[in-house]
Amino acid sequence: MNDVFPHSYFPHTQAQRAEMLAVVGVGSVDELFADIPERFRNPEFHLPPALTELELGRELGGLAKKNAVPGEYASFLGAGVYRHFIPSVVSAMISRGEFLTSYTPYQPEVSQGTLQATYEFQSLICELTGMEAANAGMYDGASAMAEAALMACRITDRDSVMVLDTVNPRYRAVLDTYLLPQGITINTVSLSDLVVDETTACILAQYPNFYGGIEALGDLADTAHQAGALLSVSANPVALGMFKAPGDYGADIVSGETQPLGVSMSFGGPFVGYFTCKNEYIRQMPGRIVGRTVDHEDRIGYVLTLQTREQHIRRERATSNICTSAALIATGTAVCIAALGPGGLRQMAELSYQKAHYAASVIGAVDGYEVIDDGTWFHEFVVKCPQSSKETTKKLLLRNIIGGLDVSDSVPNGMLFCATEMNTMTEIDALADALGQIAKGS
Amino acid sequence: MTTETRKPQESHQTLWDISVPGRSGVRLPESDVPVQPMPDAALLREELPLPELSELDVVRHFTRLSQKNFSIDTNFYPLGSCTMKYNPKINDMVASTPGFSGIHPLQPEETVQGALELMSNLQDILQEITGMPASTLAPLAGAHGELSGVLMIRAYHERNGNPERKVMLIPDSAHGTNPASASMAGLDVLTVPSDDQGNMDLKALEAVADDKLAGLMITLPSTLGLFDPGIVEVCEIVHKAGGLVYGDGANMNALLGRVKLNDLGFDVVHLNLHKTTSTPHGGGGPGAGPICVGDRLIPFMPSPVVERHFEGGVETFKLTSPPNTIGTLSAGHGNFGVLVRSYAYLRALGAAGIRQASGDAVLNANYLLKRLQHLYYLPYDRICMHEVVFSGKWQKAQGVKALDVSKRLIDYGVHPPTMYFPLIVEEALMIEPTETESKETLDAFVDVMIAIAGESGQTPEVLMEAPHNTPVGRLDEARASRQPDVRYRA
Repeated sequence: MNDVFPHSYFPHTQAQRAEMLAVVGVGSVDELFADIPERFRNPEFHLPPALTELELGRELGGLAKKNAVPGEYASFLGAGVYRHFIPSVVSAMISRGEFLTSYTPYQPEVSQGTLQATYEFQSLICELTGMEAANAGMYDGASAMAEAALMACRITDRDSVMVLDTVNPRYRAVLDTYLLPQGITINTVSLSDLVVDETTACILAQYPNFYGGIEALGDLADTAHQAGALLSVSANPVALGMFKAPGDYGADIVSGETQPLGVSMSFGGPFVGYFTCKNEYIRQMPGRIVGRTVDHEDRIGYVLTLQTREQHIRRERATSNICTSAALIATGTAVCIAALGPGGLRQMAELSYQKAHYAASVIGAVDGYEVIDDGTWFHEFVVKCPQSSKETTKKLLLRNIIGGLDVSDSVPNGMLFCATEMNTMTEIDALADALGQIAKGS
Repeated sequence: MTTETRKPQESHQTLWDISVPGRSGVRLPESDVPVQPMPDAALLREELPLPELSELDVVRHFTRLSQKNFSIDTNFYPLGSCTMKYNPKINDMVASTPGFSGIHPLQPEETVQGALELMSNLQDILQEITGMPASTLAPLAGAHGELSGVLMIRAYHERNGNPERKVMLIPDSAHGTNPASASMAGLDVLTVPSDDQGNMDLKALEAVADDKLAGLMITLPSTLGLFDPGIVEVCEIVHKAGGLVYGDGANMNALLGRVKLNDLGFDVVHLNLHKTTSTPHGGGGPGAGPICVGDRLIPFMPSPVVERHFEGGVETFKLTSPPNTIGTLSAGHGNFGVLVRSYAYLRALGAAGIRQASGDAVLNANYLLKRLQHLYYLPYDRICMHEVVFSGKWQKAQGVKALDVSKRLIDYGVHPPTMYFPLIVEEALMIEPTETESKETLDAFVDVMIAIAGESGQTPEVLMEAPHNTPVGRLDEARASRQPDVRYRA
């Protein structure tokens, strides 16, 4: 009974510990660890000293203050993670302990809240994407796209995929990690070089693509289907508030990230990947799926279903190794969509479109800057700057503006700017002014 | 508690059932920029068939749904292998401060130094806890960490000119994610048996550890809740055959502050931050599955890794990529919001605190073992670690399954234990109380388990029809699977 450490997280009193040890029949807690080889037992652990809750708030508050928060700056950074309005109801609902601190709903009788919320998430995502079936969610958009590619290979029994070079390079990197060890060939091609043949499992496209452009999904679906391949699309759910759904173009698998809908940017996570497909492929889906059924009294209830696809049943023959994903974030997305409704979502999408197109028009009017504007695009656009992207970024930051993403590896001096309903006209005009001054060397 | 106490059917209205056209739960400001021409109408959607609700409709709907859940905040969760400990509220508070929740992952590095410093500090703490020299916080869940770990082992052998090393050994007691992860990494799975004490069968291991061996994935303590006293020999056998040892850290709550896995011979280990470090499980995530890595595998770690630099007396932090990295696992840097919570937890405890956590967790499990072993069959009668695995086979002889015992617990307000796992125990009931449960809660649980053991003999039908007081009873899972209904249709 040495080194007792009183803490608000631990309820036992010393008297209780003594009582329990007597029941167990040992003299000290340390004796319970006797199976650990003695020479390795109880080494020194050099950790920072314990903090009280008051101190913890100060310590972490201090770290948080060292970050520049886009809400306090004008920010035009997107590239896969977007700043949109998050209604207060989202955090109010998912902060509820009953959602926040519950376990995976393997026991449906005590998990109808999570299960129904997830079923509603699946339903909302199906409506948005125009697809027939959805799962309960993946880790994020990038791994969802990789799992979509693996699923397409299983369905077609082929081992090669065509990835458009307009797909987010960070997503393409994750494809490499997931696909190459399984012996799958990844061909990265531009739209004009796209060739699909009898070895191709799927075309992987993004909608809108990384540079903001709206891909012609109907043509891609035809190209894929003519060769017996599938079309897998990763789509931004806010864009689906105004643009035609990928399902309406014939996409076979649609995945993506719901981050723009009610999920804080949080330095890149936690997010949730959504995952949908045509009904005929549902038994090849990775991840958990919630289904509606009835109990013995014919009352409607929800359960995790089609579990024979999953790792805890099928082990090495499972459709994926995924277990814990991001149920809470999926619930948050469902709350957000429910609050926005069709009108709110459409308005959010159109405001983003309007602000971004206005930003492109004022930046394009600044001497030395060229906006790449070919075809229809949503809320992101590439600008060729008269100076290096590094310099642009740095000088914008001096003016309290977080600029776009440096894409000079694909477009010389290129920056990918994004605007959403969060950006005011004043901010956008200030960005254009700043870019003008920077071009003049100040 | 009898069947007469059943509540009337509760409302199962969905979002669509309560939708009224014309309502909205959010209003956004009108556009303040000059009107821009819209795209070709052929590219736009005509229909957006989503529910239309007021703000209160939304709040009431989801609040009522939440009330149909058990949760740690409301119920005892003796759920083996899942470490359902209390999730401190301060952790959620700090994670939601704008300086953490509002930052973009691709912001210039100089604008996110606080975030990177936190990640670097957390890496240091996890390395100290495991004794490993390096770590990355990139994996988004335990299984994601497993996938990274086995990919690294594969890359290591390929880099050393041994691409034929493709066999991953996995004990018969392992979590399903282990074989599934090995398979996703393109490796071949071979199952190895446990001996009659629940330890790794060393002879069986030696027999299969040959020059095709990639490595071994092992959970410590095992999923039987037992610390394998031969673990050092296990690691030696694998190393001698040229393989590497992957540690599944799902059960790390038993070992906090007691032993360093690096000392025992592990080469890579993942930690489930949503188990061991108390970040909320959220009904199935988000979690985080950082991996801590021994010397040989450091060059292969997934990126990013946070590096600490000192230049001219100034400390700066950078995201870096190891030289032979297996690649990236997501578009971000890890589940940062979860990492903040985990860091707050570990800072709240310190070295003495984590040791107390494992001590009380193991004490609680052994207390339940002693108090229940006369009523429920104990297949491995020895001191357990953070969890105890009983078998319901005495009850089975009375016609009552482990499932029935578990469902009956619900009537008494307790979440069922993990059932039918590990697979090598008949009618397994795996009970993990965690260190945050009081003696009063444990004693109440024991009373309930005594009552259920009695009911099993006297009124078995009450168990077989349980639970009786939940919004729904046992559901028709066969029907759900036969005719999948996975989305609402009006």
